[in-house]
Amino acid sequence: MNLIDRPLAHYDVERVRQDFPILATTIRGKRLAFLDTAASSQRPNSVIEAIVHYERHLHANVHRGVYELSQKATDAFEAARERVRVFLNARSTREVIFTRGATESINLVAESWGRSLQPGDEILISWMEHHANIVPWQMACERSGAVLRVIPIDRRGELDLAAFHHLLTPKTRLVAITQISNSLGTVVPIAEIIAAAQRNGSLVLVDGAQAVAHQRIDVQALDCDFYVFSSHKLYGPTGVGVLWARETVLSDMPPWQGGGDMIRTVSFEKTTYNELPYRFEAGTPNISGAIGLAAAIDYLESLDIDKVHAHEQALLRYATDALRAIPGLQIIGEAARKGGVISFTLEQVHPHDLGTILDTEGVAVRAGHHCAMPVMDFFGVPATARASFGCYTNREDVDQLIGALHRALEVFG
Amino acid sequence: MDLKDLYRDVILDHNKKPRNFGKLEPCDTSADGHNPLCGDRLTLTLRIDGDTVSDVRFEGQGCAISTASASLMTEAIKGLDETAITTLSEMVHRALTSSSDAAIPEGLGKLAALAGVREYPARVKCASLCWHTLTAALARRDGSTAVSTE
Ligand SMILES: Cc1ncc(COP(=O)(O)O)c(C=O)c1O
Repeated sequence: MNLIDRPLAHYDVERVRQDFPILATTIRGKRLAFLDTAASSQRPNSVIEAIVHYERHLHANVHRGVYELSQKATDAFEAARERVRVFLNARSTREVIFTRGATESINLVAESWGRSLQPGDEILISWMEHHANIVPWQMACERSGAVLRVIPIDRRGELDLAAFHHLLTPKTRLVAITQISNSLGTVVPIAEIIAAAQRNGSLVLVDGAQAVAHQRIDVQALDCDFYVFSSHKLYGPTGVGVLWARETVLSDMPPWQGGGDMIRTVSFEKTTYNELPYRFEAGTPNISGAIGLAAAIDYLESLDIDKVHAHEQALLRYATDALRAIPGLQIIGEAARKGGVISFTLEQVHPHDLGTILDTEGVAVRAGHHCAMPVMDFFGVPATARASFGCYTNREDVDQLIGALHRALEVFG
Repeated sequence: MDLKDLYRDVILDHNKKPRNFGKLEPCDTSADGHNPLCGDRLTLTLRIDGDTVSDVRFEGQGCAISTASASLMTEAIKGLDETAITTLSEMVHRALTSSSDAAIPEGLGKLAALAGVREYPARVKCASLCWHTLTAALARRDGSTAVSTE
């Protein structure tokens, strides 16, 4: 049976909700309908407990002390790295670098790998990138004289693949592309993009920030060169994320930040650098964050990512149908394949007003430009409201959103 | 808390039918305001007679709070001199940012309808954008200038 069409009965969302203490919160006296998981997901008890356990029983600095506690902290931190390796199906932990998040991962690549850029080289991104996958490349281009090219999208929010193939030239050094758009929900056909880029001799960076929590990721099967994501969109804590990079690419990259941990020996005459992945992890890392991330991956896999995916797809269809029935509501982003993200506008009600009205009804949605101003410009809207789903989202959340939208229409009627 | 405290009828009315909407050409001073967080944009054009605002228009796009606030402001400042405008502007700011149990300053007239935003801190910038833009326009009478709430 097709995974996507598997009945929902296999997935007990109400049981999943019990794992997330924050979902019991009331907002302005109303039940919380948390529909902003694309901005940041909530954390299950097991993640909160893993962090507390570490802080209570295991904390010391890593890779430094000879004493037992430091060794325990180092073991836990390195076990988290191994957990990420398995999660991504990476060949080696040498390829798994802990960062502050997707944004820092992209900046690391743009600044370190970006040092090899020559005037006239081209970086190819898409129109629907998050600012985190636009601005670091603009900065790298400014430093190097390289040129930023943008793959257009169409009115449904699909990538223009014909244009992509046209824009891919011998000058293209890197294609940096999102796997799922955070503002439109579009699932980008990255397999086709990676294959074409490879034939062309270009590297590919995949921004997996919106994908990792919703589908299986296998970096060897994808065969990209860089894969980045943030822990906090994967039911883990903020302040930690991952850069995965192909070892042969990483080996040639110069160090980025300098400091402790990333060196082997330091003298005033000459410093030698540490091996991978530590060469790219200057300073004391976010140890509890990495441990929390590993616990989040354990949690997500315990639910079965395929079931979570099917659950979210069913909700997407349910919510899309319900939203379409609201007069004056326009869905922005109607790609054939979407993640659990619905951006929309309501005629007569500005998204910012909508955000406030929904808030008074206990509904948490994002209203704004979603760090994708070029997308807003493309669709000619100043902002949209966006509802997004996770493993704990249920139909009641969607129904509460629909009720609140009717309330907004009443107020602005 | 009731939504109607924020979206009073006056606000909904001015949002639907903004007063003094458009552009004065020629004008004596103008300024652009921008709230990058929510994408609100506003252009104010003013005619000034001596020290007094003789006419004012605004255009742009924004949420109901920012549109109504700008519309109400244009009505309120027409015919006022700069000193009176400064006093009024300070009163509006106090009304927007005071705690919810504080009394709303007397003499605000219809502008008092905006005081509901003090319950919604994220929306204060929407209501104050036009006033910041006005200050900028008056401070620089001989040219165009842009302000941002960020
Ligand atoms: C597609 C995409 N890329 C990158 C980011 C940046 O993630 P972070 O802010 O966690 O670094 C986000 C977050 O919204 C995103 O949705």
